[in-house]
Amino acid sequence: MASRREKGPGVLSALSHVALAVWALLIIAPLLWTFLASFKSNTEIFGDPLQLPGALRLDAWGRAWDKAHIGQYMLNTVVVVVFGTAGTMVFGSMAAYVLARYRFAGSRVIYYYFVAGLAFPVFLALGPLFFVVKQVGLLNSHVGLVLVYIAYSLPFTVFFLAAFFRTLPEAVAEAALIDGASHTRTFFQIMVPMARPGLISITIFNVLGQWNQYLLPLVLLAGAPDKWVLTQGIARISTLAGYEADWPGLFAALSITILPVMIVYILFQRQIQSGLGSGALK
Amino acid sequence: MERLRRYGFVAGFLAVPLTLYTVFVISPYVQAFQLSLTSWNGYSSIVRYVGLDNFGRLLADEVFWRALRNHGILLLVLPLATIVIALLFAFLLNLGGGPRGAGMRGVWGSKFYRVVFFFPQVLAVAVVGVLFQAVYRPDEDGVVNGVLARFGLEPVGWLIEPDLALWSIIAVMVWQAVGFYVVLFSAGMAAIPKDYFEAAALDGAGRLRLFFSITLPLLRDTVQVGWIYLGIAAFDGFALIQVLAGDKGEPDGATTILPITIYNTAFSYQKVGYASAMGVALFFLTVTFAVLTLRTTRRERVEL
Repeated sequence: MASRREKGPGVLSALSHVALAVWALLIIAPLLWTFLASFKSNTEIFGDPLQLPGALRLDAWGRAWDKAHIGQYMLNTVVVVVFGTAGTMVFGSMAAYVLARYRFAGSRVIYYYFVAGLAFPVFLALGPLFFVVKQVGLLNSHVGLVLVYIAYSLPFTVFFLAAFFRTLPEAVAEAALIDGASHTRTFFQIMVPMARPGLISITIFNVLGQWNQYLLPLVLLAGAPDKWVLTQGIARISTLAGYEADWPGLFAALSITILPVMIVYILFQRQIQSGLGSGALK
Repeated sequence: MERLRRYGFVAGFLAVPLTLYTVFVISPYVQAFQLSLTSWNGYSSIVRYVGLDNFGRLLADEVFWRALRNHGILLLVLPLATIVIALLFAFLLNLGGGPRGAGMRGVWGSKFYRVVFFFPQVLAVAVVGVLFQAVYRPDEDGVVNGVLARFGLEPVGWLIEPDLALWSIIAVMVWQAVGFYVVLFSAGMAAIPKDYFEAAALDGAGRLRLFFSITLPLLRDTVQVGWIYLGIAAFDGFALIQVLAGDKGEPDGATTILPITIYNTAFSYQKVGYASAMGVALFFLTVTFAVLTLRTTRRERVEL
């Protein structure tokens, strides 16, 4: 049995297991270290990085939650992402549906007008965007941020969902219209349920994108620290930790930020992976 | 009547999305192109047109060229490293176990690795930046240097050595990206008919042969998509560099990139016109990159 052909792959597969295990370790180790550091004292953090915490100290978590406002930042982020994603999905699917299924003068032009947004780097718009939001009086407000999130999520959402609506059979919608349902009713009661797989993929994509957004809140909420979202709050805490020498607080704040994402990811990892994957390939 | 209802419906469904998109996306972009021709400072009520002066200044601006050089390095290294690592892992996780029964299998533990590898992708870049500040701390308290110390090695200034800082940051980008491309390439590999592998394996092809002679050529399109995404990512990198290396791209501009320079020029130095010119340059660079990639990688498609 131990022919040459069997032996070669044996060495190869040992090597491949090593490579895979090392990469897994490179991902798990910093996260685990962060989590453990949140229970350490300042001196322990600056001691041997491979040391476990001497005692289970929970005070840093309390400090991070109250004093460093992680609770507040998280609430802000949840509010902004819930409204941002809901708005993106409602308006994005409406626009995509009309552009995919209705022929009217200018429908192609409007479709490309939306899709063109994919080609522009956000940095190009950054300066003027600040002044546009200021002019409509929504600077430093969650409403402003939500509207901007929706607007910037539209190009990809419309692009993806228009392709998706085109693949759905025509007959069902036509039957509903003949039975006397209005166009609006046909959309919400028939097309939306039929498009569920596509809607779920793109919802995951938008939730992740908006939850992790850093640049837009940095520019649009700069003047209102009580309205900040998690990502900019964490960056701020990281700067402060240097002055105040509260490193366990910083790592507790990081852990509080990472844990809910990790739990949601583990629960939905299959949908998240396929959602992001199919989004990227369209 | 029905026609009218139809038009009313279409207009009603498009009104809000079109308005939001026009006000917050298109109008800033149009203004950016316009402002790139002015010397506007962001608050004065007088906007003075200076023609192409900003672009002339750009060509003589040392910071701009340093930012471009760093983009060049990112553009070469980020896609190459990420794609090579991700292809290897995707192959091992999907086909590395060799033929079993009706199809090919991944190596033992594939499911676990797939879940772990992808996780950094769902973490916010700002969070990853703060995390790696601790990992890269220059003395022995840093996670990496602490491990090195165990082996009796001197601590390395990962983020403070000008020659090393950009590479340390690229490593974090690769760390975060690999999982996503493993999933992307896995989807591509799943689309390759199983009998190709079976036939080749029966003919005595080893795993290296299966990878280079069958998987890679048939994965061409997916790899190309990945290359474009990573290339575009190489033109961003703002959050990570701002958190890890600070507003100016420390040490001494060694890690500065265009988005960082644009942000500073517009919001710290109040030169909105000049910053917009940089934005326009960034736009043309990104588009040029995408077009060039599409052109040079377009070959005869492999017919399945």
